[in-house]
Amino acid sequence: MTAPTAEVEDASANWATARAGVGDRIFAGAARAAGLMILAALAGVFIFLAIKGASGFTKPAEVYGPHAESFVGYVVPLLVGTFTASIIALIIAVPLAFGIALVISHYAPKWVAVPVAYVIDLLAAVPSVVYGLWGAFFLAKKLVPMHVWLHENLGPIPVIGNLFGEPNPAGRSILTAGIVLAIMILPIITAISREVFSRTPRLHEEAALALGATRWEMVRMTVFPYSRSGMVSAVMLGLGRALGETMAVTMVLSVGFDLSWNIIATSSPTSIAANIALKYKERSADLLNVLVATGLVLFLMTFLVNFIARWIVGRSERRMAR
Amino acid sequence: MAKSIDVSDVNIYYGDFLAVEGVNMTIRAGAVTAFIGPSGCGKSTFLRSLNRMHEVIPGARVEGKIVVDGQDLYEPGVDPVAVRRQVGMVFQRPNPFPTMSIYDNVLAGLKLNAGKMKKSAADDIVEKSLRGANLWNEVKDRLNKPGMGLSGGQQQRLCIARAIAVEPQILLMDEPCSALDPISTSAIEDLIHELKNEFTIVIVTHNMQQAARVSDDTGFFNLKATGEPGHLVEFNPTKKMFANPDDPATEAYISGRFG
Repeated sequence: MTAPTAEVEDASANWATARAGVGDRIFAGAARAAGLMILAALAGVFIFLAIKGASGFTKPAEVYGPHAESFVGYVVPLLVGTFTASIIALIIAVPLAFGIALVISHYAPKWVAVPVAYVIDLLAAVPSVVYGLWGAFFLAKKLVPMHVWLHENLGPIPVIGNLFGEPNPAGRSILTAGIVLAIMILPIITAISREVFSRTPRLHEEAALALGATRWEMVRMTVFPYSRSGMVSAVMLGLGRALGETMAVTMVLSVGFDLSWNIIATSSPTSIAANIALKYKERSADLLNVLVATGLVLFLMTFLVNFIARWIVGRSERRMAR
Repeated sequence: MAKSIDVSDVNIYYGDFLAVEGVNMTIRAGAVTAFIGPSGCGKSTFLRSLNRMHEVIPGARVEGKIVVDGQDLYEPGVDPVAVRRQVGMVFQRPNPFPTMSIYDNVLAGLKLNAGKMKKSAADDIVEKSLRGANLWNEVKDRLNKPGMGLSGGQQQRLCIARAIAVEPQILLMDEPCSALDPISTSAIEDLIHELKNEFTIVIVTHNMQQAARVSDDTGFFNLKATGEPGHLVEFNPTKKMFANPDDPATEAYISGRFG
C-alpha cells in the first residue's frame, strides 16, 4: 500500500446507501408482487366459483336429475368418487415414491441413481391424456384377472371384503382409475421427496451411523424426521394433482351413480373434475352453475385437506420447539 | 471395558487417491492418545478408519490391519455396524438429533441395540450417562426439552453422553472442542480425564496445548509435500513428545516453526 498523496482528494465517505437502495427496492417490490399475485389468483378463483356457483346449490330438482334431486344428492357421490380414486392413488404411490426417492438419495450408487431419477422425472412430462388412453385400452384389460382374484380371495373376508364385491368384467373400475392416477402422481412425490431426503445434513447421518445404526436405522433416525415437512408437501402436491385430474378418470372409469363400498364394481361414481369435463359440453345454463358449485366444493375440500395436513405436521414441530 | 488398538501397515484411500500411508502404532488401553498435525495431513481420516466411518464416503477404503481385542476390524465378515457399537465417536461440531429431546438423544444408540427398555432402567442409564458427561446438573430439570436448545458446549457434552450410553470400549473424538469457547473446552477436557478410567480415548486436535494437557501419548501426522499422502512422523508419550521429540519435524511443528 502506498501512502495517500496530498494531491488526491479523499472522497468523503458516503453514508447514505443510495446505490444499494434502488436495486433492493426493485427486488423487494418484485418479490412482494409475486407473493401477492398468488394470493390474488387464489382469491379470484374463489370469488369466481362462489359467484357463479352460488345459484347452483339451490336449483329445481330436475336440474340435478336424473340420478339426484338436490345438490347434496348430486355432489356427495362425486366427492366419494374423487376421494376414493385419490386415496387409492395415494396408498399405492406414496410408499412407492418414498421408496424410490430413498433408493436414489441414499442406497443406489451414483451411476444407477442419476438415470433412474431422470426417468422418473420424464414420467411427469407424459400428458395425462396419454395415461388415460393407456389406462383405458391397455391397463384395464390386463387388470381383469386381478379384479377376479381380489373378489375371490379378499371378497369373503368380513369388513375388507366389502371393498371387493362383484368385479368389473372390463377392468374399468375405480381401482384401475386409482392405479393410473398413482402412476401419474408418482413422479412429483418422488422428485420432491428425493430432494428433501438428500438435504439431510451429513453430520446427523454420521451421528446415527457412529452410534451403530444400520443404514435403515440411520434413515429412520435422521432422514425421515428431518424431511417430514417436505414429505407432507410432496404428498399434498400429489394429492392435489390426483383430486384435480380429469382425463385419466374420465377415460378409464365406467361411470355409475350408486354409492357402494365396492372399489372394483361395474360402475362407480366419477370424480368432480372428471364430471365437469364430461358434462361441460352438453350443459344447460342451470347445469353450468351446478358444475361450478361442485368445483367450489372440490376447491374447499382440497384446501381443508391441505390445511389439516399442515396443522398435523406443524403440531409435532411445535411440540419439539417448546 | 477399555481395549487397546494395534494398527499395522494401514493405507487409507479416497478412490484412487492415497490419503494416509503406512501407519503403525499401538494405542494403549485406558489412556488418552492425541493426534496432532497440520490441516489435511490425514489425522481425522485415520481416526475415522478406527471405527470404519471412513468407508461411509463413496469410494473410500482402508488397507492393512486394525486389531481391537484380538479382532481385525477389516477382516471380511466383520460388520461395520457392530464395530461402531464398540467404538463410539464424537464429532467436530455438536450434532444432537434435532427432533429428539435430551432424554431421547442419550438413549438413541441404546434403542438401536436393545429395543424396548423398562422406563426405570432407561431413566437410570440417562442419569448415569449425563452424569458421566458432567451434564446432569445442568439439564436434569428439562430432560424432555429438545437437545438443540442447549448451548454449544452442552450439546457437545450431550453427544458425549450419547456416545458413552452404549458403553463402547473405545471413544474417538474428532476435534471435539474446535467449535467451543474456552470455558466449554475446559469442561470437556476435565471430562476426558475422568472418562479415560473407563474408555480408551483417541482425540484429534489442532490445539497443541490441548494435546499436551489431556493426552498420555501423542502421534504427529504430517505431509511429505502437497499432494503427497499423509503419514505418521512420530508416536511417543506426550511428555517426551513435547520435551524431547525424536524427529526434527516434530520439534519444528511443536515449537511453531511451521504449520
